[in-house]
Amino acid sequence: MAVTFTLNGARQTVDVDPQTPLLWVLRDTLGMTGTKFGCGMALCGACTVHINGNATRSCVTQVASVAGKTVTTIEGLSADTTHPVQRAWIEEDVPQCGYCQSGQIMAAASLLAKTAKPTDADIDEALRGNICRCGTYAQIRRAIHRAADLKTAGGKA
Amino acid sequence: MSAIRTVQRRDFLKAGAGLLLSFKLSAQAPGGRGAQGQVRPNAYIHIAPDDTVTFIITKAEMGQGTVTSLSMLLAEELDCDWAKVRTEFAPVNPALYGMQGVFGSASIRTSWTPLRQAGATGRAMLIDAAAAKWNTDRSSLRTGNGFVVNPTTGARLSYGSLSEAAANLPVPTGVAVKDPAQFKLLGKPVKRLDTREKSNGQAKFGLDARVPGMLYASLSRCPVFGGKVASFDASKAKLVPGVKNVVQIPQGVAVIGENTWAAMQGRKALEIRWDEGPNAKQSSVAISKLFADQLQQPGTVAKQVGDAEGVLAGASKKLEAVYEAPYLAHASMEPMNCTAVVRPDSCEVWVSTQMQAGSRSVAAQITGLNPENVKINTMYLGGGFGRRGGTDYVSEAVEIAKAMPGTPIKLTWTREDDMQHDLYRPASMAKFAGAVDADGWPLAFAAKVACPSFGGARRGGGVDGTAVEGIHTLEYTFPNFHVDWRGPDPGIPTNYWRAVGYTQNTFFAESFLDELAAAGRKDPVELRLRLLAKSPRLAEVLKRAAEKANWGKAPAGHFQGVAVVNNIGSFTAQVAEVSVTNGRLKVHRVVCAVDCGHVVNPAIITQQIESGIVYGLSAALKGAITIENGRVQQGNFDKYEVVRIGEMPQVDVVIVGSDNNPGGIGEAAGPAIAPAVCNAIFAATGKRIRKLPISLTDLA
Repeated sequence: MAVTFTLNGARQTVDVDPQTPLLWVLRDTLGMTGTKFGCGMALCGACTVHINGNATRSCVTQVASVAGKTVTTIEGLSADTTHPVQRAWIEEDVPQCGYCQSGQIMAAASLLAKTAKPTDADIDEALRGNICRCGTYAQIRRAIHRAADLKTAGGKA
Repeated sequence: MSAIRTVQRRDFLKAGAGLLLSFKLSAQAPGGRGAQGQVRPNAYIHIAPDDTVTFIITKAEMGQGTVTSLSMLLAEELDCDWAKVRTEFAPVNPALYGMQGVFGSASIRTSWTPLRQAGATGRAMLIDAAAAKWNTDRSSLRTGNGFVVNPTTGARLSYGSLSEAAANLPVPTGVAVKDPAQFKLLGKPVKRLDTREKSNGQAKFGLDARVPGMLYASLSRCPVFGGKVASFDASKAKLVPGVKNVVQIPQGVAVIGENTWAAMQGRKALEIRWDEGPNAKQSSVAISKLFADQLQQPGTVAKQVGDAEGVLAGASKKLEAVYEAPYLAHASMEPMNCTAVVRPDSCEVWVSTQMQAGSRSVAAQITGLNPENVKINTMYLGGGFGRRGGTDYVSEAVEIAKAMPGTPIKLTWTREDDMQHDLYRPASMAKFAGAVDADGWPLAFAAKVACPSFGGARRGGGVDGTAVEGIHTLEYTFPNFHVDWRGPDPGIPTNYWRAVGYTQNTFFAESFLDELAAAGRKDPVELRLRLLAKSPRLAEVLKRAAEKANWGKAPAGHFQGVAVVNNIGSFTAQVAEVSVTNGRLKVHRVVCAVDCGHVVNPAIITQQIESGIVYGLSAALKGAITIENGRVQQGNFDKYEVVRIGEMPQVDVVIVGSDNNPGGIGEAAGPAIAPAVCNAIFAATGKRIRKLPISLTDLA
């Protein structure tokens, strides 16, 4: 069955089993591997993308359910790694192994779109679904505060 | 140092002209696992005419920062422009690179001298080339930021413009490296080279390999360790949309689909009858009993000083305690996976592995090809922690690919596969006995350890050093000291887990030492400092951690615990600050002081200390793999919980620099966090945690 949605600003049609999770359509069918597989049960957040602007676990989202909607992945967050969250991630040197970071960044970008100046408690709440086994949590918190500052200072949203 | 000019540049570099250096160098003995002091050739340096400098990294990057820190060693001595540094992972080539793998936190330790020598040699050749061009004495020339400079004339030539000429010069030997006082890069918090591509989705992990014509596999294995397929029916699986094939391999039954999802759905439709084998009734309860029974039997002595047994028998103030730790999964964020294609005369593999050379060996064995005809593409690792030191998942992918010659196969483990077919940190049990004298100072310290061999390393006899490390390696001076070991084998596969034996043994030993301190009414820091009179480096980090943590003066309602460890050539001390409110534990702050010798990159050291603490804290607070009916009972992060962002304590890292050769860092901080937290819980509640995880104990 063909499903049509907007992916990173462009119209996209895929012809797959409609029950296929969006994660595997992105990774296997479309070759966009920035979104990661971690648990398959919405427990770890590695597969986080934005659907109509909301951070969503693509591993449990059937592709049929995104028909007509807008999907943004890490590849579409900015054209040249200049989203304030990405700039802050680079300035704070957040990633270690890096595998969970696409999901962390997408969750952080979604938080900042709704809460311009998040507190540590806001961050802990918004990112509690995103596991990092390398333990970059302190740097993630610092980077989100920095990204908030960058946005206020006139950075691209 | 003997130098070899490589002619195999086409094998590993897409680069064109320029200076390409490879040196075969003798490594100094770095001390520790994986440190055989064998000839260990270095990475390659390629300087292109456009001034780009490419370093060939022979190690793997799993987050520990090797790509950046190894490049810093080369760049410091080469004096090149850091902004023009690029890196590539090396192909497997034992003749050129020696042992290719990452374990034992050994990358910096084994590279400290050879890579600096390599950089210095490259710099000398560029100076030689400039001296010839200018027809001047080489000793008058200087280098800086990718240029050779003639201070007399003010002339300068970029490395790129000299690279062709330098490539035709003889490779000098015995070139001196810099005095550390001259370091420009080393010791600075240089930004990681891999951050940008890990912030925009472009970094390629094993799971991201894409090969034209590739199909996707999911493998059903016997849920009981050591079991095998008795019979199976694939007819329903073959009806699942997108399923292309079903093949049996020695490890189980694989379903091959046009995407990962189709393969996983097809696998669910398989009907398999398993022969569960001899472990079908194994359980955690039975394993604990096995350990307890074995502790009644004599062990093999790992270390003995004085007569602990005799002193304990006659001691007036004596303590005994039994400690226990569970099996642990590694649970790296990237589940195990491997992509392989097998052709009649070659095999190619894309894999995130800590064992590049081992991966090539298993692929060669399975296919019957010469190792030279197996190409391993080293991808970024989405976490390793020792799990990717195993090559079981490589074997599986190559077996499936061999069953479908010419078709590239990507095998992806589900999270449940990853958790239920790990090579676990072994469970273990240890019985401690100790005595203090009339003044409260320790007289004797004895430990009997029951711990399955890590990776089955020493089943043949003797002592498995990894099973007792953290106890027999204690730096404390006890007048009477005894450690012995027995290695039961409950049939659960085991292997290295970040910091290996120290992960449970440091918890046991540093907790029991706290018990002795309490029995003798001694301050835990004061007692340790007294016992560390002959270990100045460990004593110094302990003093520094206690000072930074304001030891003895915790904020109201907070309580402190301390622990120290010396492993992988480094020394760490940690003070944990906790509160327990209505039975609810919160770890507020951890101070960690570390002496890892010469500091290569303090930012990466801080990252690795925080990383080790979080990894160790997950295990201490909630990590446990349990067995019932021969099966692992946990399958995903709902049952195998790990520390999340809200539980992240404030971590203060104190780097105590020293002029010693670098120690390791990736595994330095993990071992001491559990005992530091448990000792703080004792201070807060009077409850002594002797069995991990902490969540098993009611703290109310």
